[in-house]
Amino acid sequence: MSTTTNTKQRANVFATIWGWIRQVPPVYFIFFVVVIGVSQLNPNFATTNGILAFIRRVAPLTIMAMGQLMVIASGGFDLSQGSVVTLSIIGSLLIIYNNDENTALAIFVVLGLGILIGVINGFVVAYLKVPSLIATLGMLLLVQGGGLYWTGGGPKGYFTDNYRFIGRGYIENVPVIGKFPVSGIILIVITLILYILFHRTNLGKQILAIGDNQRAAKLSGVKVRMIRITAFIISAITAVIAGIMIGGYGGVSIEAGEGMEMQSVSATVIGGALLLGGKGSIPDVFFGALTLEAMFMLLNLLGLPKPYRDAVQGLIIIGAVAYAALSSRKRE
Amino acid sequence: MSTETLTGTGEKRKRENIFARIPQVYYFLVVVTVTGIVLDQVFANGNILSNPSIFRNILIRSVALGIVAVGQTFVMIGASIDLSVAYTISLTAVLTSLIMQGDPARVPMAILVVLVVGAFIGLINGLIITKLNVNSFIATLGTGLIIEGLLSGSFSNWSGAVPESFRSLGYNAIGPIPISIILLSIVVLAGWFILSRTKFGAHLYGVGGDHQIARLSGLRTDRVLIGAHVICSITAVLSALFIVSRLGSGAPWVGPDGVYDLESVATTVIGGTALSGGRGGVFGTLAGVLIFGVIDTVFNQLGVDTFLKMVLRGAIIILAVASYSVRSKREAA
Repeated sequence: MSTTTNTKQRANVFATIWGWIRQVPPVYFIFFVVVIGVSQLNPNFATTNGILAFIRRVAPLTIMAMGQLMVIASGGFDLSQGSVVTLSIIGSLLIIYNNDENTALAIFVVLGLGILIGVINGFVVAYLKVPSLIATLGMLLLVQGGGLYWTGGGPKGYFTDNYRFIGRGYIENVPVIGKFPVSGIILIVITLILYILFHRTNLGKQILAIGDNQRAAKLSGVKVRMIRITAFIISAITAVIAGIMIGGYGGVSIEAGEGMEMQSVSATVIGGALLLGGKGSIPDVFFGALTLEAMFMLLNLLGLPKPYRDAVQGLIIIGAVAYAALSSRKRE
Repeated sequence: MSTETLTGTGEKRKRENIFARIPQVYYFLVVVTVTGIVLDQVFANGNILSNPSIFRNILIRSVALGIVAVGQTFVMIGASIDLSVAYTISLTAVLTSLIMQGDPARVPMAILVVLVVGAFIGLINGLIITKLNVNSFIATLGTGLIIEGLLSGSFSNWSGAVPESFRSLGYNAIGPIPISIILLSIVVLAGWFILSRTKFGAHLYGVGGDHQIARLSGLRTDRVLIGAHVICSITAVLSALFIVSRLGSGAPWVGPDGVYDLESVATTVIGGTALSGGRGGVFGTLAGVLIFGVIDTVFNQLGVDTFLKMVLRGAIIILAVASYSVRSKREAA
């Protein structure tokens, strides 16, 4: 008698634990597996220095991916992000003009440009009803051409040390770990801001409502157009910030942002966001970006050439969407 | 009495039809061309009017875009889209010159292989969209990324070469008419024939108009859509063959550099094919392609900077699509 209740209880305990495990989004398991793989192949990865270097490297993509989530959760795409990264680098270079007193001005101007691009993207999608993929791909051409026109094809000059500090600098004399990357601090601050915006304010709820059912959201009083424009603005701002970091970290290049828009979309998808809207979470996308970057490191350690990353991203995107579509069909 | 009025209206309708059957976009084409000629006369050397070879160049330049835009029209009538065409063009362009290796004897084999590859890509696109239920934008963006990754992972430069005899496709003419224009005409006419004279075409309009109703009426909607995607990828292959014959060799960037994905979508929309599917046709698309060709030529005549041209291209694509989408009642995704 007592033994049967015992096994029953034990079965119940396992069931509840299994229930908890099932509630954890898959991204955390994938992250865990990939990180173990990387640290097996590269023993330097699991050291303090390795982790700090990883944070510095992954910060721009993570920030962009959380911005992309705002647009994706509202049911759209922002494929102009990559070109905004490049514009942010080119713009700051030309405004700084090798004079470190101009750094603050440069950052303000490129942020302003980013906001402008976000407003235009949002306006074209929300008011002119152009599908966001077409609108932002057109914007990609426009921004890329604009940036190249501004520099005359090949940007010249170098970044001043105070500008580079944002992307590659370290805060020294931190207790326990010794030092901490500046970009890591910015990453934490922006993650907190976006977490509060998305999970603790009406803005986030309205974005999700629009992504879930635009008509229903409109009828229940959401200012659909304004919210959609806001989402595009946030996405563009995160791309500008990522650009400032990448410029400081990697230096001047007119190809710096190329393909980053697809990386940020892939990171959001790995983080469990539903393409075409309605579902998403900042912490999950945060780890989605970490996972994607770690996956790239893994592919690199396995000796695959860089362009194959694109193919992997394509597989991830199709796979995730197909998985979501098939599992929702099962529920019906 | 009543029969008379009936036949009367019938005749009237017939007379109206002659004008109604010209897609509206042709009036737009005339406006753009006239504006271009005026701009050319005022600000440049006026060569568009005085030099007949410029008109021929507009047509030749429109061939690559025109062929793939015909395919894009098919998928868009079916309320789908193909954003992988640019990378399909790159892949098959590289494969063509790689297989040919400058040897005329290998031309038929190369063409056969790339056509099969194209059909396979279209089949995969169609299967992902219909059987896995993935939105067509996302599915073809994904397959495009996969093709691009595999291609630039394996090739980083011009690869192989096409034989001189094959280059005649791009440069020679039969009498006064360049072979490339004949190729474009054949593709457009074939597209028109399939869409308006075959059962498959009628089914495609049905599927695009209302997927649910089409399925409830007993259509095999999946097969129709997969067919449209196969046709679209095959037109991308034909474009690639033309591009390789012009360039003499293939490289991984020939597709994306021509922006064939976005421009084929934009020209199809300008041509009157609804983004939501069910309406449109290849003749409208052809006019859209010619408009882009004219604009390109006018920019060249006016000496517009290459990068500025990119900016204008982006703006024109957005505005062109917006001028049609703004009237739709549906909200955009």
